[in-house]
Amino acid sequence: MHESSLINISLFILFLPLLGFVITLLLGKKVKSIYIFENLIIIITFLSSVYLLFSKLSYFRTEKINAELEWFGFNNIINGTTLSINLGFMIDNITAIMLFVVALISMLVHLYSIEYMKGDERYNRYFAYLGIFTFSMNGIVLTNNILMMYIFWELVGLSSYLLIGFWFEKKTAADAGKKAFIVNRIGDIGMFAGILILFFTYNTFSFDKIFSSIGSGILPFNSDFWLTITGVLLFCGAIGKSAQFPLHVWLPDAMEGPTPVSALIHAATMVAAGVYLVVRIFGLLTADAMLFIGIIGMLSAFIPATIALTQNDIKKVLAYSTVSQLGYMIMALGIGAYQFAFFHLVTHAFFKAALFLGSGSVIHAMHHEQDIQKMGGLRKKMPLTYWTFIISSLAISGIPLTSGFLSKDGIIASSLAFSDLTGHYLFPIFSLVVAFLTAFYMFRLIIITFHGKPKDEHKFEHAHESPFLMVMPLVVLATLSIFIWYTPNPINSEQGWFLSKWIEKPVLHTPDKTRFDFMKMGNIESNLSHSYIESEVYKEAMHHSHLSAMILSGLVAVLGIFLAFTVYQWKKIDADKIAKSINPLYKFSFNKWYFDEIYNKTFVALTIGLSRVLAWFDNKIIDGIVNGSAFLTKHFSFFIGNFDKYVIDGIVNFTAYFNGFAGLIVRRIQTGKVQSYLALVIFSIVILLFIFK
Amino acid sequence: MINFPILSLITFLPILGMLIILFIPKRQALFIKTFTIIITGIQLALAIFLLSNYNFNLAGINDIKSFQFVEKFRWIEIDGFAWLGKIKIDYFLGVDGLSVPMILLTTIITFIASISSWTIDKSIKGYFLMFLLLDTGMIGVFVALDFFLFYIFWELMLLPMYFLIGIWGGPRREYAAIKFFLYTLFGSVLILLVMIGLYFSSMETLADGTRVFTFNMLEMMNPTNYTQNGILSPLNPANLRFIAFIGLFIGFAIKIPMFPFHTWLPDAHVEAPTAISVILAGVLLKMGTYGILRISYPIFPDITKDLLWWIALFGAINIIYGAFCAMAQKDFKKLIAYSSVSHMGYVMLGMAALNTLGISGAILQMFNHGTITAMLFLLVGVIYDRAHLRDIDGFGGLGKQMPIYTGFVTIAFFAAIGLPGLSGFISEALVFLGGFGNESIRILAIVSTLGILLGAGYMLWTLQRVFLGTLPDKWKELTDLDAREYIMFIPLVIIIIFLGVYPSPMLNLMNSSVNTIVDLVEKSNEILKSIGSL
Repeated sequence: MHESSLINISLFILFLPLLGFVITLLLGKKVKSIYIFENLIIIITFLSSVYLLFSKLSYFRTEKINAELEWFGFNNIINGTTLSINLGFMIDNITAIMLFVVALISMLVHLYSIEYMKGDERYNRYFAYLGIFTFSMNGIVLTNNILMMYIFWELVGLSSYLLIGFWFEKKTAADAGKKAFIVNRIGDIGMFAGILILFFTYNTFSFDKIFSSIGSGILPFNSDFWLTITGVLLFCGAIGKSAQFPLHVWLPDAMEGPTPVSALIHAATMVAAGVYLVVRIFGLLTADAMLFIGIIGMLSAFIPATIALTQNDIKKVLAYSTVSQLGYMIMALGIGAYQFAFFHLVTHAFFKAALFLGSGSVIHAMHHEQDIQKMGGLRKKMPLTYWTFIISSLAISGIPLTSGFLSKDGIIASSLAFSDLTGHYLFPIFSLVVAFLTAFYMFRLIIITFHGKPKDEHKFEHAHESPFLMVMPLVVLATLSIFIWYTPNPINSEQGWFLSKWIEKPVLHTPDKTRFDFMKMGNIESNLSHSYIESEVYKEAMHHSHLSAMILSGLVAVLGIFLAFTVYQWKKIDADKIAKSINPLYKFSFNKWYFDEIYNKTFVALTIGLSRVLAWFDNKIIDGIVNGSAFLTKHFSFFIGNFDKYVIDGIVNFTAYFNGFAGLIVRRIQTGKVQSYLALVIFSIVILLFIFK
Repeated sequence: MINFPILSLITFLPILGMLIILFIPKRQALFIKTFTIIITGIQLALAIFLLSNYNFNLAGINDIKSFQFVEKFRWIEIDGFAWLGKIKIDYFLGVDGLSVPMILLTTIITFIASISSWTIDKSIKGYFLMFLLLDTGMIGVFVALDFFLFYIFWELMLLPMYFLIGIWGGPRREYAAIKFFLYTLFGSVLILLVMIGLYFSSMETLADGTRVFTFNMLEMMNPTNYTQNGILSPLNPANLRFIAFIGLFIGFAIKIPMFPFHTWLPDAHVEAPTAISVILAGVLLKMGTYGILRISYPIFPDITKDLLWWIALFGAINIIYGAFCAMAQKDFKKLIAYSSVSHMGYVMLGMAALNTLGISGAILQMFNHGTITAMLFLLVGVIYDRAHLRDIDGFGGLGKQMPIYTGFVTIAFFAAIGLPGLSGFISEALVFLGGFGNESIRILAIVSTLGILLGAGYMLWTLQRVFLGTLPDKWKELTDLDAREYIMFIPLVIIIIFLGVYPSPMLNLMNSSVNTIVDLVEKSNEILKSIGSL
């Protein structure tokens, strides 16, 4: 087996879903069963990704496979330089794992949707859209340069737009799609500016080339500060795509899309692209940039967790939970817990997809009811949905024996270590608080939905377990939320194959003086493949925090679940009473911290207001000047016309009139009588004689 | 190489067609329409044939030897005319990497516009006569290398446009036509003045060694041809080059249209029939930026260099101001018109960057905007033909009623907001890369990225108001696209996707010419020094 065959497989994986999209879209109207083709395509894609993952991990585990070709180029004949813009692909273990995750969840969602979307009038088009999404997402995963990242970044944005607004007859769905695209664009502008800086400085988009240039001391505008800014700007893309504070507002609205889409795009894969981006650009982040990222992540983990506590829409709870978990990953990257961040991305993808598909199963059974206050008691009716939901919720809460425990515990341990090393103690505090809140709101959701008595008897009567194609994905995903896939030791993941063998260790390329102290390489800096997590200081800090993290994270998770049971199952505490006693806080959470209201009153109103003012200005002032000058010219010409008519022509006419008048007077003497003429002649001659004498 | 005068053929083929149509009786409407489509089709085929014989390595711009398909002979010759001396005007055509993309664009757009003109039902013969005359004028502008000839084509285009808007237009057609005509004429006068000034400032050497004043653009670009005391000669300490540049620039800027000279555009577009809107936005606007690159840059490189920041500033204003204005529009066509103002701003920004990336991006954006906006206007025409309404808020939910039409609209809208994979993205990205690469306009380039966001804002908002949501009952009768409309849209979609995925051919086509322009302007000071100015 040769390296290039891996590239070939990955290209196959990339373009196959595109083919599916084109064929399904074009034939969708004519061939009713074309969706089967799209499903076959995705199954082949998945099998190829399994093959790729297997080959990569068994034959090329330590290699990083690169392939590039010129996309377009510029020759400058005059000074002999050339500039090429390349398309490139890079496969390391992270790529291979990510491709597998995307293909797997995409396949499960395809199959699930066969049942879930049944009877939809745009059934085939839905599958076509899933195809273009899978294509774009694979592109993000496979690329080796930031420009292509941006290109596929926008394309997933498009597929997200199309799928959120899939039921575009509903105004809320159309609104949500538009909001998602525009809010994402805000982040993308920052990312684009970062790309401009990178290209201007390094004349390439390739991650590796940029890293090696930074390693050899070439910085944007020759300053550390601008390197930090570049990192932060690129991260703006992640703020948008991964719905981080303050651009998180689009994700809960995106739940207007069909539920399987929420599972695939808005929980497991696309929203994790932001995390993936930070993983890819990690090498150029300075300490300041990382701190910024960490703080954004921390706030994004905390704020939505507080909102999820009071929401009643099953999908909204999960959406806020997604933002919160993404914040966790972003924070983990900010504090240097690179491997755990990616680990959490993977584990979260599985259990969150399971949760969303589970909620879809519930919604399907309840005839499109999403309000959990109208559910209850579904446990008996839908046992498989219930148990997979339980396993996934245990995973997201971080209960031992689940995958979530491994990744979450790792992040908490890293945050403890980080606070030890740098003194930023807020990170561990917030991560524990969020872990507690997560466990609480997840079990609140479960208890209200599945336990107790049904609130809507009619709907409950008709509820039933979902068909095989919908339950099977739940079971697969719930199974993947068990520790055994990642490590043989359920309480320590670091020795497991996933972390120690598969995920590459983080390598920084930034100048030493811009890093956190514990990340400094000192004299071994020349060895670029050396990772700070192998340094003695870091190892020791991690070792110290390991046990306390495990105990603390286990404790808060159990506490959260226990509290949820106390309040909602055993009703020892009255939730409504508490809500009333802390009414302002409750309202604040229930209304999502008023983000939407504030944005609408400020940015949206400002933009629309400005557009109206400028349009008025354009119409009345700019065009007014044009029309005004035309008006003036016209009236001036009238004036000139009148001047011409009455003054100039008046003079002419006056001359004529005067002459005529003079003639009138003079003609009196022209009597026509010979006698008088004769008398005048004689009289004249007499006078002349007098004169000339 | 081609051994027949292909440029003259492309240029005057429509005139030929016009002469034939003149002798066809009025009632043969069907024949006249088909015949026009055939003529523009042949023209397009000729343009493609020209492209296939074009040597990508030759630069053109200021060197006659690297122009291709050159046709040059004495056209007007008056000996010893008073103090003017000899007047010699050449019939001088030729193409380079700057004009070939524009010829391609013009022939494509004209062909599609002639198909779109099928629905014209008022004085058909007159319409197609004017249409073909306009066609000749447009191509002529892009192939002429003699300033006098250029000016004639420039004016030639004006007349049929006036009638096409004024007779076949909407309710306020007369106002719009006169506004368009007078505004452009105002610009023409400025161009004319500068042209005459340049004529008396540069001399070419004839084969017999005598020196005469010249209208030849390439001779005007050669600094050694300047007379000692010509009014626009850099050798003359009291020269008026700066003012002349501004005048010429305004003349061209009106066509772009550049803020604040843009207000003729929305009116003209709203009133013009669909096909004419398509030509107006697809081709005519490019003449402004083409003129600047073809004439202003190489003839006034010294002034250009000093004023790049201002060009970029107006580019940025166009981008942002146009986008805000577009957002507030209620008329679908007006919205597209303002989006043109915004998108032409990218062209100016790219030109001002004065580097390979920026100018390539600008020319590519001219082409891409031509195809994308043509498509947008055609799409508005489709709905206007059916509903006789252009009020954005009067629609809703058309996505359900006209799914294929909505699909095309979605492609065109996303191309307009620069979605990667579609052509608009490449040119906008190049403009920004170029703009950021030029230190003096870097901030303006960054500010202009706001246009990307605003563009997404107004386009998606429009998409939602017209195509998403619930369908009002009165639009339940609307039919989806018919075969003729498919024929118009599919080629455009193919071009938009092709250039979005593989822009290389187009970029290679212009590469050497772009480099020559950049070099010419960059080195202007050295050259001026070498001839003893400065």
